Amino acid sequence: MRAPGGPGMRRRRRAAAVALQALALGAVVVGLGVLVVLLFDVLRDGAGTLTWTFLDSFPSRRWQQAGFKAAIFGSVYLLVLVAVISFPLGVGAAVYLEEYARRSAMTRFVEINIANLAAVPSIVYGLLGLGVFVRTLGLGRSLLAGALTMSLLILPVIITAAREAIRAVPASIREGAYALGASRWQVVRHHVLPMALPGILTGTILALSRAIGETAPLIAIGALTYVAFVPESVFDPFTAMPIQIYNWVSRPQQGFHAIAASGILVLLVVMLGFNALAIVLRARMQRRSQW
Amino acid sequence: MSEAQAAQSAAEVPSGLAALSTEGLNVWYGTSHAIQDVSLTFPERSITAIIGPSGCGKSTLLRCLNRMNDFIPGVRITGRVAYRGEDIYAPDVDPVELRRSIGMIFQKPNPFPKSIYENIAFGLRINGYRGDLLPRVERSLRQAALWDEVRDRLRDSALALSGGQQQRLCIARALAIEPDILLMDEPCSALDPTATARIEDLITELKASYTIVIVTHNMQQAARVSDYTAFMLNGRLIEFGPTERIFTRPADERTEAYITGRFG
Ligand SMILES: Nc1ncnc2c1ncn2[C@@H]1O[C@H](COP(=O)(O)OP(=O)(O)OP(=O)(O)O)[C@@H](O)[C@H]1O
Ligand SMILES: [Mg+2]
Repeated sequence: MRAPGGPGMRRRRRAAAVALQALALGAVVVGLGVLVVLLFDVLRDGAGTLTWTFLDSFPSRRWQQAGFKAAIFGSVYLLVLVAVISFPLGVGAAVYLEEYARRSAMTRFVEINIANLAAVPSIVYGLLGLGVFVRTLGLGRSLLAGALTMSLLILPVIITAAREAIRAVPASIREGAYALGASRWQVVRHHVLPMALPGILTGTILALSRAIGETAPLIAIGALTYVAFVPESVFDPFTAMPIQIYNWVSRPQQGFHAIAASGILVLLVVMLGFNALAIVLRARMQRRSQW
Repeated sequence: MSEAQAAQSAAEVPSGLAALSTEGLNVWYGTSHAIQDVSLTFPERSITAIIGPSGCGKSTLLRCLNRMNDFIPGVRITGRVAYRGEDIYAPDVDPVELRRSIGMIFQKPNPFPKSIYENIAFGLRINGYRGDLLPRVERSLRQAALWDEVRDRLRDSALALSGGQQQRLCIARALAIEPDILLMDEPCSALDPTATARIEDLITELKASYTIVIVTHNMQQAARVSDYTAFMLNGRLIEFGPTERIFTRPADERTEAYITGRFG
């Protein structure tokens, strides 16, 4: 009698494993390959015009004098504001849903809607922002209106990521703390949040990376494309990098296409910079909160 | 428990000194009736073992005693649990305060993913101890017979300890806040015989100052460490009395069948 795991079956299982591995490797190579080609293409087009003048000038009708300064400041301010608004809101909502809310039809309804909201096209958020923040609340086409709109857009992603990270904290840890006479808040503050923080930060980084590249909602709320100053308060009008790039790409002159490529390079660098910052922050928090 | 047996255990167990008691306790998980009409007293400064086959409701009963069942959705509790005469399910009782007096050790060691020192300091801090915590940390580690093994690495992760050391750390953590009662749910089930022996010694020592309730599957352990034994079956208390009597002259044939290993 042949055992169920006889040589024939074992060989077939091995072949399947090898095939799967090859497939996975192929997927990685294709993904990275496309990225490298894109990056190379952008570098070729934009490296030449990526000068200090480009970084330090405001937009202009002539591409030789046009610069990215207003867009860089606009995007960085926007991102910081979005992070400040959406992180506490998102984590707070996740903590409430996971640790405080009773399981009821209402919480289930909220949960389903959060999942649905994550799938709503960003232009819809833009229109919502236009209606609520720009018009009804009278914030105008300001940095604050843009940041609030973007925060709405990424909140579902942050909430979902934070909830998953919170749920991954083992029940035994919570019980251990409760059994010592910890209050709900003490358990959340000293055990659940520190253990969930790496996961929460990873989700937040991904969400913010999405926000920095989003164009549609900002166009919908009417962020300007010609801004010849750096915003000085959250109520000032602003522009952002993707809007400026979009504007340049849609012009006929070749020169604007080149500086658009330079703009993309700056956008990538800023995005990677933010990600690196968040990773460093995560590593440090992890170390400090654990011991 | 039959009425005759109830009368017998009432005569055998000094209820005047009860640190904890239950009266007509019932617990439902949704529609399943996990604890049925259990009345028990846990005498002060003694060790009471709860034995019975898997699923008979030992953990459920234990978790009722410090309101750890509050966190389980769909749980319903009727009857009375009294801690030093006060109903712990009364509306004015703060379960957080209650758990500071009634500590719990779990079946699987559950140290926090922090340093050995922090594992103990956490309970002290949330209970309002300020200033230098090291002497208190040291004292509770000594009480749990762990100090000599960890004195040089208090700042290392508690997760690097062996299973037996982790369980002793959990005991030290519970002792640090000086509870009145310790509830232990199969504290040795994840440990080897040597580590088990150490914890049993520890439990016996702790009896001088604590009231201990211990759930165990190990008959020898129940016989070795406990003063009183409660035998449960299918959510009911079958028999309760001094350990020696339960193990030598059980009144109920089901108790006898269980302790001699004929079922469960
Ligand atoms: N959270 C829960 N939700 C629903 N039913 C539960 C829950 N916890 C326990 N039960 C049920 O209640 C009964 C008693 O469980 P309990 O955990 O108290 O048993 P036990 O005596 O501690 O068993 P073991 O010796 O295996 O630990 C079992 O039938 C179990 O399935
Ligand atoms: Mg159990």
